[in-house]
Amino acid sequence: MKKRDLLTPLDFSKEELDELFDRADDIRQHPEKYAHACEGKKMATCFFEPSTRTRLSHETAMLNLGGKVMGFPSGSVSSATKGETVADTARVISCFADIMVIRHPKEGAAAVAAHYASIPVINAGDGGHQHPTQTLTDLLTIRSLRGSLDNFTIGLCGDLKFGRTVHSLINALVRYENVRFVFISPEELKVPDYITDMLNDKGIPYEECIRLEDVIPKLDILYMTRVQKERFFNEEDYVRLKDFYVLNKAKLKRAKPDMYILHPLPRVNEIAADVDDDPRAAYFKQVQYGVYVREALILKLLNIDVDKL
Amino acid sequence: MLNVGKIEEGYVLDHIQAGRAMLIYHHLGLDKVDWTVAIIKNARSNAMGRKDILKVECPVDSLNLDVLAFIDPNITVNVIRGGEIMEKKKVELPKELVNVIRCTNPRCITSVETSLPHIFYLADPNRRIYRCKYCDEKYQEISDR
Ligand SMILES: [Zn+2]
Repeated sequence: MKKRDLLTPLDFSKEELDELFDRADDIRQHPEKYAHACEGKKMATCFFEPSTRTRLSHETAMLNLGGKVMGFPSGSVSSATKGETVADTARVISCFADIMVIRHPKEGAAAVAAHYASIPVINAGDGGHQHPTQTLTDLLTIRSLRGSLDNFTIGLCGDLKFGRTVHSLINALVRYENVRFVFISPEELKVPDYITDMLNDKGIPYEECIRLEDVIPKLDILYMTRVQKERFFNEEDYVRLKDFYVLNKAKLKRAKPDMYILHPLPRVNEIAADVDDDPRAAYFKQVQYGVYVREALILKLLNIDVDKL
Repeated sequence: MLNVGKIEEGYVLDHIQAGRAMLIYHHLGLDKVDWTVAIIKNARSNAMGRKDILKVECPVDSLNLDVLAFIDPNITVNVIRGGEIMEKKKVELPKELVNVIRCTNPRCITSVETSLPHIFYLADPNRRIYRCKYCDEKYQEISDR
């Protein structure tokens, strides 16, 4: 059988994702059933740039499955600084581990690793390009909270131009039925043309607006992202617009009682602390779902069928 | 069509947008072989005003013509055998371009690991958009290089 990798969120078909999410649900409900599933297996986390949360999430997933983990947390402690290529690193790691997780500042690095590695490769972020396990986490979170990935309106708020998690999520959600998009961003940080072209081609409805308050009542999911000051052309615009993209208790008053709030984290100030206790705040649950979905992913890529163990 | 020496076997690439013949000459690697090649620039054309034509005397099927449609979708390929036009065909956009164009995205892995092949895939045939296989960056409209 040909080895599988996860490089982009679209590497798996809708049916495969359904299976993956069903497995993640089962892991959530019966963690003990999976506690030894990966016994004797090793995962290498190769982080050429630091991302503690993403690395620990993968490592936690492997440890929950009874496997072992090793790796390096940043480029400064690996031989990459001595000029070793990604291709060679992938070949070498293939001799040590059963599965490889790579994060790299350059776009496409994971694809190179997957090409040269003989073991499955998980892309844990390649520059501003793809971060598929985040997208899987977002999808599982929405599915778990709503019961389905069909028939809902999602508002994506903040930096929609540079935010790769937003682009990936949109690309993944267009495969489901009757998902409506509302893009909330300053003019400077609108979704790129290739996204709106794609939505137009597929005849998928979307609207674009500047102020969160104007559209919050119609949303079923609100996906918040960070708006970074350095993305603005001038200080004046930043000061004028920044509060439009901050969610607080006052704005939340107009939202549906079952509108869930997601955020890829880390947040800075775009979600006020007074929102955290609201039952609709789902961004910490999202972190937990991220572990379940990575466990399911590791099992899938290693071809481990727990029901047959 | 102008007659610059008759070809026994090979190709006549017609309806090339005026000024692009040399670009195609280089992309097909014609500078690296010793076949007879005629480059006709700025020939009069009823349909196009002016056009370029490229005649190549070579064994048929020895040229990889995939790149043509990428450079200019209106080219006509005449396949010549025994001094006659055996086939006239329009060019089609290739699904993949390997080491034809280079990714210029400074954030792309190919910018630091220079031994990697530069591979582009056809992302949108209607808009003629190619994207880098590694970083998905769109290749910008071809310019004369
Ligand atoms: Zn590239």
